[in-house]
Amino acid sequence: MSTTAMPQQPDLMSRPVPGLGGFNLTMLKLEVRRLLRNRRTMIFTMIMPVVFYLIFGMTIPAGKQSLGAGSHGNVSAYILISMALYGAVLATSSGGAMVSIERSQGWSRQLRLTPLSPVAYIAVKMLAAMTLGAASVLAVYVVGLITSQANMPLAQWILTAFAVWIGSLMFAAFGLFMGYLLPTENVMQVQSFALVIFAFAGGLFVDLTAMPGWYQTVAQFTPIWGLNELVHAPVSGGVDNWAWVNVAAWLAIFVAGAAWRFRKDTARV
Amino acid sequence: MDPQEARNVIEAVDLHKSYGEVPAVVGIDLQVTAGEVVAVLGPNGAGKTTTLELLLGLRSPSAGRVTVFGLPPHHVAVRGRVGAMLQDTAAPESLTVTEMVDLVGHYYPHALPTADVVARADLLVHASKRVTQLSGGQRQRLSFAVAIVGDPDLLFLDEPTAALDVHARQAFWEQAREFARLGKTLLFSTHNLAEADLAAERVILINHGRIVHDDTPARIKSLIPGKTIELLTDATTDQLETVKGVQQVATLHDREAPGIRESSRPGLHRLRLQVAEPEPVLRAVFAAGHRVEDLTVTEASLEQAFLHLTGDQGDPATTAPRTRRH
Repeated sequence: MSTTAMPQQPDLMSRPVPGLGGFNLTMLKLEVRRLLRNRRTMIFTMIMPVVFYLIFGMTIPAGKQSLGAGSHGNVSAYILISMALYGAVLATSSGGAMVSIERSQGWSRQLRLTPLSPVAYIAVKMLAAMTLGAASVLAVYVVGLITSQANMPLAQWILTAFAVWIGSLMFAAFGLFMGYLLPTENVMQVQSFALVIFAFAGGLFVDLTAMPGWYQTVAQFTPIWGLNELVHAPVSGGVDNWAWVNVAAWLAIFVAGAAWRFRKDTARV
Repeated sequence: MDPQEARNVIEAVDLHKSYGEVPAVVGIDLQVTAGEVVAVLGPNGAGKTTTLELLLGLRSPSAGRVTVFGLPPHHVAVRGRVGAMLQDTAAPESLTVTEMVDLVGHYYPHALPTADVVARADLLVHASKRVTQLSGGQRQRLSFAVAIVGDPDLLFLDEPTAALDVHARQAFWEQAREFARLGKTLLFSTHNLAEADLAAERVILINHGRIVHDDTPARIKSLIPGKTIELLTDATTDQLETVKGVQQVATLHDREAPGIRESSRPGLHRLRLQVAEPEPVLRAVFAAGHRVEDLTVTEASLEQAFLHLTGDQGDPATTAPRTRRH
């Protein structure tokens, strides 16, 4: 069919592809806002860890006792770090949950039609989750400071907070792996459940030294055990070298799993 | 690439796509030049959505090739020039309309101003509502806003008005035409023939995964040799179907002829006949002694042209020969 004086082809080069795969700070701001508006995420990542600290960290009879020779803090401080870690891993894994929800709603197909690169998309989600993780750690630590039962040197406050925050990035990979594996609106619940199991198994919710030998042996192979040991190292005064092995192995599994699913998802079939 | 091909916004050559053993698209050739408004028309399951997904690079063809602006459709430079409204996509719910449009705008190198896009999609009064608070029609308009925020030169709409009532449909096509007037190329799929007639200057008729016709809406209508007769009669559908020259008989209901009360015409019912020539048919009906009232004879509608051309209903013998563009 004939067309008269139709517009010409646009010059494709006149719209250069933006750098960083299209990443910019407005996206991060809006993604964080989405997380903050999600009531369930807020309860899981901000309120629950604080409440857990108030219940377990404040009421434990041995709270004010030192952790022992060579340590730099008391039992309440130890529990404070544990609860901050719990909140932070929930927060960082929620980034992966968002990916899953967007996939189940078909929104990720819409996103594939934009110039945003898949890597930038994941990076925005991870950074948003890390921002929430920082807020979660901050909330627990502020409550810990105000209630003034947790006791450790200033350097330990700062060091452990950063260790928890950076360490929780490991569970960003876990969240992403789960998010790609389970494209469902309920992925957040599945993740929370898995993390509770990990927290009990890895000694985050229980004192492993009070557990039977077989429990302690199994614990060392579970995903949170190594990270839990490492973030407590500044106050406990020493670290089991197997903790590094545990973290390295699980991080490799989560990253490989996430990368595998991610590649499958972005392959143009 | 020859110069003509370079001018084509969309260039598809012998596209095939099968899902396992099931063929969805079997040999689609298509050229769309800049500024065209094209309707892809066909019944459900004809291959419209698959065709659009191939053109969008959401799927890769089993055979054949497709280029958009001379490049593979998933090329990032093409992504910056193409917008699309897909079926069954739910926008993230915790953001407001403005935030949503702003967010997607930031994925594009040259986004339109957010406020302009919200206004263009007729969502200004709902701009600060969360996605959860929007009605179905408003969500559809948000999808439209998301599709145009990157200032695309080529816009795909996959059955964009499927969830809309008549008024919302008209408003939607007004918005879409407004956007096309900026010199954009627009390609939409629909199974609503009136919409193709209303909004498009070129209609591509797809059935069973191939293009059966590619022409203007007027030409497609003129391809139907017959006329449409509407009448009130005491003749039964069975009796009329046996009359020579009658291709199709359909019973019409009250709502299609609101002025007529069937109860006031006992024994009469309203029928629509698709015929090759009206005169011999009417002569036969009168000769048989049937009552005939409120008679109208019109050119076939696009709806009838569509059924006729795709050959999905009616007598196969009356189906026009299938044509293909090469």
